[in-house]
Amino acid sequence: MDLVTPGIGMIFWTTLFFLILLFILGKFAWPAILSAVHARNESIRKALDSAEKAREEMAQLQADNEKILAEAKQERDAMMKEARNVKDKIISEAKEKAGEESAKLLKHAREAIQNEKASAITEMKEQMALLSVSIAEKVLRQKLSGDKEQKELVDKLVDDIDLN
Amino acid sequence: MTKKNITGAFRVLLFSVLFSSISLFAQHNNTSPQSEHHDSDIQHEMQSTKHGDEHAGEESEEFNASEVILEHVKDSHGWHILTTKDGHHVNVPLPVILFSKHSGFHIFMSSKIGHGHSYKGFELGHGTIMIENSKGELTEKSVEGKILELDEEGNLVGAGLPLDFSITKNVFMMFLAVLILIIVFLSVAKSYKKRGVAAPGGLQGFLEPLIVFVEEDIAIPNIGETKYARYMPYLLTIFFFILIHNLMGLIPFFPFGANVTGNIAVTMVLALFTLLITNFSGNKAYWRHIFAPPGVPKLLLLIMVPVELLGILTKPFALMVRLFANITAGHIIVLSLVSLIFFFKSVFMAVPSLVLVIFMDMIEILVAFLQAYIFTLLSALFIGLAMPEHEHVQA
Repeated sequence: MDLVTPGIGMIFWTTLFFLILLFILGKFAWPAILSAVHARNESIRKALDSAEKAREEMAQLQADNEKILAEAKQERDAMMKEARNVKDKIISEAKEKAGEESAKLLKHAREAIQNEKASAITEMKEQMALLSVSIAEKVLRQKLSGDKEQKELVDKLVDDIDLN
Repeated sequence: MTKKNITGAFRVLLFSVLFSSISLFAQHNNTSPQSEHHDSDIQHEMQSTKHGDEHAGEESEEFNASEVILEHVKDSHGWHILTTKDGHHVNVPLPVILFSKHSGFHIFMSSKIGHGHSYKGFELGHGTIMIENSKGELTEKSVEGKILELDEEGNLVGAGLPLDFSITKNVFMMFLAVLILIIVFLSVAKSYKKRGVAAPGGLQGFLEPLIVFVEEDIAIPNIGETKYARYMPYLLTIFFFILIHNLMGLIPFFPFGANVTGNIAVTMVLALFTLLITNFSGNKAYWRHIFAPPGVPKLLLLIMVPVELLGILTKPFALMVRLFANITAGHIIVLSLVSLIFFFKSVFMAVPSLVLVIFMDMIEILVAFLQAYIFTLLSALFIGLAMPEHEHVQA
């Protein structure tokens, strides 16, 4: 058989076999295989996408956490500072108030003492007056049994009063 | 080659049987260069019909490498396995299917016409015959390996060459290859259905990269994302069709080793498919480019249009010749290297010959993939070129 002259038999059989192969594989094999490959590609692509998304979400979450942590820290610092201020203020206020209070008490005490002293003095004066009057009465009752003595006394008394 | 040499060579061949064809050396036994013998008064007479009587003395002939190689590279009606020490041929007979204008259909096994025997007037031709062409002139025509139809007197009947639809060596291996492809890919398709989107395994895992390669590196870049899907079945089929024949052709045992993709008829049919698909999918811009190329002066069209029309044919023609030549050349080189052993008539030649044959077979495996790739790539390219996305702007 010639090498470069196509033979009719070979042309016939090749055409027949190739068409049969093309028909069978084209109907039963290629569509199934290609669609399966495409489906898998798609699922791999989706899986990769979702993994990427998850990674991004994780990063986002981490960033959020850090932010929240930083905020909390800041807040805590602020609160501590405030608390310190409040404490200082309370202490100073307390001190101030205590001072005021003690001063007030002192003043009251002093006033009371003063009042007591005054009333005591007044009472003493009254008592002394009463005593002196009664003493004087008794003395008078004894001494003033004559007119002369009365006169003397009165004079003396009068002198005394002037002296007072 | 003497009988003794053949015996020695046979032992060597048993060594090299893994790497080259066993049928190689024995072939020269029944192929004898026929003496030229022109018969002017009987136009359609065969030159040598007495072949059967001659081949007793042939074994003393010198080893003819080119004859052996060509015999092997070409198609044949029977499948020659080996020749034993005592010159007995072991053949696998194949069905011969003939259609003759004179005697109609005939189906018989090739063993009936082997070794110069004649059956119902049919026999294998050798050498050349003189045949009258349409102008009435006598021309020489090679009938080597072809089946001739003869009448009782030994004259050719009619044109002498019945239409030959025989299941030859090539057809037989092609049938086998097609069967293997169908079984393999149907089972792969089934395993895809079973596995769903799970990772591919086994045969599926081996074939998937090739399928994806055809899709993503051949079809999509050349035809385009939007239109390629229609052509995928054709491209995949032609890729694996060529690939399996290339690979099976490299296996030297029966029922492999036939040179199918190195047969011009096979590559012609494949190229014709590409030609038809290309031109049937050609869009307006493609035909416009052929019959009215934009920006070309009217006078030049007289030259341009025939050139473009010729271009339609030359592209698939190149496909046909490229595949045929590459695969045939590969077979010829491997066979030549094996022939070295018999050429030098030395067992020691077997060692370098084997090394070279193994090396060539490695390259041929690469070529098998490469040629399948190139044929598919160029088919995709031609199809893609036949449907340009945009019309060219008038210059």
